[in-house]
Amino acid sequence: MIELQQLSKTYGKGVAAVEALRDVNLSVHAGEFIAMMGPSGSGKSTCMNILGFLDNPSQGCYRFQDSAVETLSRNQRALLRRHFIGFVFQGFNLLARTTALENVELPLIYRRMPRAERYVRAMAAMAAVGLDGREGHTPAELSGGQQQRVAIARALVTDPALLLADEPTGNLDSARGHEIMALLARLNQERGLTIIMVTHEADIAAYASRVVQFHDGHIQNEVCN
Amino acid sequence: MWWSALSLALREIRRNLLRSTLTMLGIIIGVAAVIIMVTIGNGTTAKISAQIESLGSNMLILRPGQRFLRGSRAAAKPLEASDAEALRRELPSVAAAAGITNKAVTVVYGNNNWTTSVSGTENDYLIVRKWSLARGRLISDGEQRAGASVCLLGATVQRELFGNLDPLGETIRLGKIACEVIGLLVTKGQSAMGSDQDDAILMPLRAHWRLISGQQKVSHIYLSARDDTSKTQRDVALLMRERRHIGPSDADDFSIIDMKEIAKTMTGTTEIMTSLLGAVAAVSLIVGGIGIMNIMLVSVTERTREIGIRLAIGALEREVQRQFLVEAVVLSSVGGIAGILLALIASYFIAGALQVPLVFDSSIILLAFVFSAVVGVVFGYVPARKAARLDPIEALRHE
Ligand SMILES: Nc1ncnc2c1ncn2[C@@H]1O[C@H](COP(=O)(O)OP(=O)(O)O)[C@@H](O)[C@H]1O
Ligand SMILES: [Mg+2]
Repeated sequence: MIELQQLSKTYGKGVAAVEALRDVNLSVHAGEFIAMMGPSGSGKSTCMNILGFLDNPSQGCYRFQDSAVETLSRNQRALLRRHFIGFVFQGFNLLARTTALENVELPLIYRRMPRAERYVRAMAAMAAVGLDGREGHTPAELSGGQQQRVAIARALVTDPALLLADEPTGNLDSARGHEIMALLARLNQERGLTIIMVTHEADIAAYASRVVQFHDGHIQNEVCN
Repeated sequence: MWWSALSLALREIRRNLLRSTLTMLGIIIGVAAVIIMVTIGNGTTAKISAQIESLGSNMLILRPGQRFLRGSRAAAKPLEASDAEALRRELPSVAAAAGITNKAVTVVYGNNNWTTSVSGTENDYLIVRKWSLARGRLISDGEQRAGASVCLLGATVQRELFGNLDPLGETIRLGKIACEVIGLLVTKGQSAMGSDQDDAILMPLRAHWRLISGQQKVSHIYLSARDDTSKTQRDVALLMRERRHIGPSDADDFSIIDMKEIAKTMTGTTEIMTSLLGAVAAVSLIVGGIGIMNIMLVSVTERTREIGIRLAIGALEREVQRQFLVEAVVLSSVGGIAGILLALIASYFIAGALQVPLVFDSSIILLAFVFSAVVGVVFGYVPARKAARLDPIEALRHE
């Protein structure tokens, strides 16, 4: 499904240049569950952004389902995001002043789903992350953990082919964290949802079938569970 | 998708209601100004047409001297009462003709005095001017022939001299002459030139000659064309050239004024003024559009994160662009509608104050609305484009 070859990403120019990723090679098959670990600043989020077609690599090649992502136009990449990707951002990135339910419905609107169906699916996704009853709350009225679960519901509501989750349990207590991981593991097993997840916690990473260790923008080692 | 863009736009506008209203104010004022200018301008044109109509329809005025030559009038041979008679008798295209001579005289009744224009004229004058009697009786043919000292009063003279008293049968003094009031004329109102047509006294032409002017002359002949004024004008010119013995190679030494022509010139002038004022007002619409652009640019900056989220979730450039464009168009067209309502109300009061008829031009109203919507598209384009072109990653990092 995913093939990264000699991928590098450099921010800035000259003396201020930061090499966030260098020579990353990674291949992910459909249905895999991968955890990315590594110290902060090691390039995990940068890698996720590239995987999610939000950013382009400076060098190297990213093939997604056998097409070279670098050659795609902005619109084509937006359509890939719309139809294949569910993204849980590290900073949640919910629309402020907009209810949790509307936030979860947002990707369905861009998929042009009829209102009634949209509502049913969004309610189901909210329930799946344990947020029933909070549909009408805005992000400001929710705790960090609740916001994180809204973000997860929004990523899952479209039933995507690939879930990219940047520290999805970072703001959850350990019980909640394991509930969410159980949900992801079930989706991975039952529906073949491909998951790439960044985490700092070893017990969360244990849900994955493979753990990729980042260090200084480089993949240090890969361990299969 | 258009529908959801519209509801998003309405929600965003309600969220910043004060700001949205202030932004719309530019468009409201622009649209209202255009419509008010055009409405009042059209009303003025209609009023002038009506006033010229009130002078008398198909009216021609014959006077000695060339129209555009200075001093030629005084030098030219004066008109005779017999000219009026000949025009009446010999030209079938002339419905009525009356010679007239005027003099400003101070008129006295009791303790009141009033200086006005006293006209000696023939009975056809009232026909030409489409003027009728409110009360009393007309000057008889016998009184005309004899030059009897009787008169008809215009409404202004009547009010100034008599107030609430009944003038009929009373005797007024025109300078040293005593004159009996036999009839009262109906109110005619202001002329298109702004003079008071009711400030007049009419008496038999021969009485005027005998008692007031002392010369047997007429200064103008008022004519009423039977149907086509230009044919009548030619007939009158031919007859007058013959009567005044003008050689074939010589120019006319008299002129004929067609009131229809004057009406056209005057309404033409107000029409030009109307378009000019309307155009000036339209400029303010563009200023309103710049206001919308300014606020939309601020809004795009404020909502950078929101735009980043939408793009990251899979919104296309053109969808983001449409969202902001619809917002700008909603702002401008709601402003347009409010401007139209404001204009309708304001025109009603302004027309009342200026005493012009209310002439709404629905095509101008429609045009103003369409123009306001177009302003939204034009000035919303740049901000919408800016929003759509944002880089999702940078937009998400925006605080
Ligand atoms: N937009 C950016 N501009 C400049 N440097 C950046 C940008 N994004 C990330 N970096 C840098 O790239 C490196 C990797 O960052 P990141 O991928 O966020 O790490 P992680 O998610 O593993 O903590 C860091 O040194 C960070 O400072
Ligand atoms: Mg990170």
